[in-house]
Amino acid sequence: MSNWALILYCGLITYLTRFSMIALIKKEMFNDRIREILSFVPSAIFPAIIFPAIFINDKGLFEIDDNPKILAAIIAMVIGIFSRSIIATIFSGLASYWFLIFVV
Amino acid sequence: MKSNFKVFLKGIIDVSPLMIPVVPFGLIFGVLAIDIGFTPIETMAMSLIIFGGASQIVLLQLFSGGASSLVIISSVGAVNSRHLLYGAVVSEHLSDLKLIWKIIISYFLIDQAFAISNEYLKKNKDNNRYFHLVGGGATCWVIWQSTTFLGIILGAAIPEKLGLSFAVPLTFLALLVNDFRKFINVIVIIVSGLVATFGYNYIPFKAYVIVAALAGLFTAMILTTKNKKV
Repeated sequence: MSNWALILYCGLITYLTRFSMIALIKKEMFNDRIREILSFVPSAIFPAIIFPAIFINDKGLFEIDDNPKILAAIIAMVIGIFSRSIIATIFSGLASYWFLIFVV
Repeated sequence: MKSNFKVFLKGIIDVSPLMIPVVPFGLIFGVLAIDIGFTPIETMAMSLIIFGGASQIVLLQLFSGGASSLVIISSVGAVNSRHLLYGAVVSEHLSDLKLIWKIIISYFLIDQAFAISNEYLKKNKDNNRYFHLVGGGATCWVIWQSTTFLGIILGAAIPEKLGLSFAVPLTFLALLVNDFRKFINVIVIIVSGLVATFGYNYIPFKAYVIVAALAGLFTAMILTTKNKKV
């Protein structure tokens, strides 16, 4: 598949999830149980991006020793929990990562 | 009843604080897309056609990992499934609109615009209240397109040594800050993360995102059932 087809299909599926909620989905289609489960979607899917990006290196190998990303991510998480700020989380993580690779 | 323009303006003002984190997100996307090997036109087209931060970053992440198109598209779909949750809430406010407005509003219906307009729609019953959502969505559109563009330009100037790709997990981490305080969410986060990490090399077709997400949702299902019985 060409890059352009990939972009178009990804755009289409993104648009359809938004359109379906406005045009097709009726309130009564979701009971409380389904809503409760759907509320866990971010917690279920984002770690699948976060964890491999931290623990697996460019060569596809698991890396736990000498990996500054782990400590930087923990610092970002702690800052995030206390500040509840998206921007503070991102910048504290990047700042500690740079500190660990350039200064330490 | 306020004029359409005033409601639109109110949407812009209300969504503005939420735009601060969108700026680095857009920049990072632009820089990374160029870094991975997409052309500037393709990168800009992604922001114009997809117009969804999480979707676009997942696309980049899986593309650079060599995943097949089918896996990339279904993973993007999985990331977007959270939008279905909003459906139950927002559709009742828009049910009287003409189809053309539904088609237009769907394009602008992103997390940030939903978050602020949901509050507004609940409190206001005017017929033109949906202009609030259009105002919020359009603001985010302008910010997203311009930061993508800046990222494309900056991409060439930012050295690879800076390790900016680390901003991707950080961005998603930041989106979970409120979930770290809830016990069940923490368990779901750990299950999904472990399945993705250890399945990364073993789950075929790089489908680890989908498998991990399903494992996480299944965990949530079990834990929430138990909670009710107790």
